[in-house]
Amino acid sequence: MYTKLVNNSKSGLGRKAKLLTRVLLYGFLMLAGISMVVPFVIMLITSLRPNYQLTNFTFYSFLSNLNWSNYVAAWQRASFSQYTLNTTIYAVASTIGQVSLGAMAGYAFGRLKFRGCNILFVLVLITMMIPFQMLLVPLFVMLRHWPLAGGNDLLGAGGKGLIDSLPGLILPNLVTPFGIFLMRQFTLSLPSELADAARIDGAGEFQIFYKIMLPLTKPALVTLGIFAFQEAWNDFTWPLIISTSANSRTLQLGLQVFRDQDLTDWGPLMAGTAITVLPLLLIFIFGQRYFVEGVALTGTKA
Amino acid sequence: MRIKPNKKVGPVVRDQHRAGLIFVLMPMILFLTFAVYPMIYASYLSLTDFSFTKAPSFVGFANFSRLIGDDIFRTAFINTTIYTLGVVPTSMVLALFLALLLNQKIRGITLFRIAFYMPVLTSSIVSGMIWLWMYAPGAGIINQLFESVGLPPQRWLFDPNLALISVMIMAIWKNLGYTMVIFLAALQGIPIHLYEASDIDGANFRNKLWSITLPLLKPATFFVFVTSIISAFQVFGSVFVMTKGGPGYATTTIVHQIYLNGFRYLRMGYASAEAVILFVVIFALSLINWRFLRSDDEIW
Repeated sequence: MYTKLVNNSKSGLGRKAKLLTRVLLYGFLMLAGISMVVPFVIMLITSLRPNYQLTNFTFYSFLSNLNWSNYVAAWQRASFSQYTLNTTIYAVASTIGQVSLGAMAGYAFGRLKFRGCNILFVLVLITMMIPFQMLLVPLFVMLRHWPLAGGNDLLGAGGKGLIDSLPGLILPNLVTPFGIFLMRQFTLSLPSELADAARIDGAGEFQIFYKIMLPLTKPALVTLGIFAFQEAWNDFTWPLIISTSANSRTLQLGLQVFRDQDLTDWGPLMAGTAITVLPLLLIFIFGQRYFVEGVALTGTKA
Repeated sequence: MRIKPNKKVGPVVRDQHRAGLIFVLMPMILFLTFAVYPMIYASYLSLTDFSFTKAPSFVGFANFSRLIGDDIFRTAFINTTIYTLGVVPTSMVLALFLALLLNQKIRGITLFRIAFYMPVLTSSIVSGMIWLWMYAPGAGIINQLFESVGLPPQRWLFDPNLALISVMIMAIWKNLGYTMVIFLAALQGIPIHLYEASDIDGANFRNKLWSITLPLLKPATFFVFVTSIISAFQVFGSVFVMTKGGPGYATTTIVHQIYLNGFRYLRMGYASAEAVILFVVIFALSLINWRFLRSDDEIW
């Protein structure tokens, strides 16, 4: 009886200490989590208030003055619908290109032997280490002199070529060495017995790729797709170089419109920022698993 | 001499050869046109004087010798290095700490993960714009907070001494989640029986941390370290949006200089030379990454 009591009080103490560490742990994590989210909250609050009310914030005045005028202003001011369309086309085309072409090349490098495959793959590895900024000047010159586009003649002179056009924006982003590499590594990690069995049954290489390998590489395809979409949607450097008007301007560039040398229109700017970040946030919240698994996959595979 | 279709190879292998070539044809045409050729062209341009309106004229290594004496480029290089040395270790330590905390039975882990990963989803432009507003000297929230606790308001991005640090703080906020997710994945990959065995041996929390967790995190740590350095060296968007490299040259970076020289002043040969320097730094870091990461894991 006595020992039992002691034991009880001991475990009670242990439980108390455990509870305390639990409370501290959650408290700390919540504090850290909130401080990560605060900038987004500020963005939303600013975007939902009229410009003259930016200072002297109280929660009550915020709730009573909630309005969407900044969103309307942002949408009208900066041909945002055009930017959104351009960004969507850029991101979707890049994703389709990188996933499909990456899957094909990755499979070929991983499973099929063909003449020149080693040299080509070394080139892929080398270009993976090239900072994209190094290619800005050459790509600009190339696309400017693209033959028979944008008023150019056969030799690529006379017009503006593919500068400020959606093809010019998209073309250099259709294949990435990272995508090819990721797909190759993933293909290598799959068992080859299935493909061999199908080959014995008389299946052609295209059937094997399409019917057997492609379904097996789905996790890598989803990862690559998410990365490609996010990269293109968030891309700033390449559009900055290639886009000179609303023809091909993307959302990331469009946000600059609200900034003046002296006066920044914070309300509409934050509304535009919210519009820009919203699609990715939604995709992330619904597909969180794929993002996290994707980061883990590239962290261990690529 | 053409090699005749080899009878010894057999139809299956020949099929593979043909299929392989067809599979890589499209990707490789695009890849050679938009990655390999520009890379070679950029190296050539770095040896020329090129202003876009006229054809490039060969000048040998003149651009590089000018780079050595270029104070602005040196400032950009130093700024980029400070930025890297500040951002990478800080976000790694914080991310590891958070990952260790989250790697337990925790309720609402999904919510925490969303919160920490949200900044990763933003572009450098979006995060730059939001923090520009938070740093605003007049109505920005940071100065309002400072005033409410009695601290003197700062000019943040407009103060030559604080501008770079302000950009770095934003970058840490933005990168933390990505690093944390990698650490978390690595932590969850550690076999649980190692901990169980050490429990039997009577190891306490600190023993387990130092002799199991941290050593087994080495590959992930190294991966994160090198890839973070590589991306930190390419910092551009946030600087472009928040400070335009200023005040003065306080926050100009290598890529910012490449952009200005190449597309503002049309010194495209000079910009290419700067890009080659950046390439050398990043190539060296990537090689280190490969060398250490791949020793156990075959690429071929």
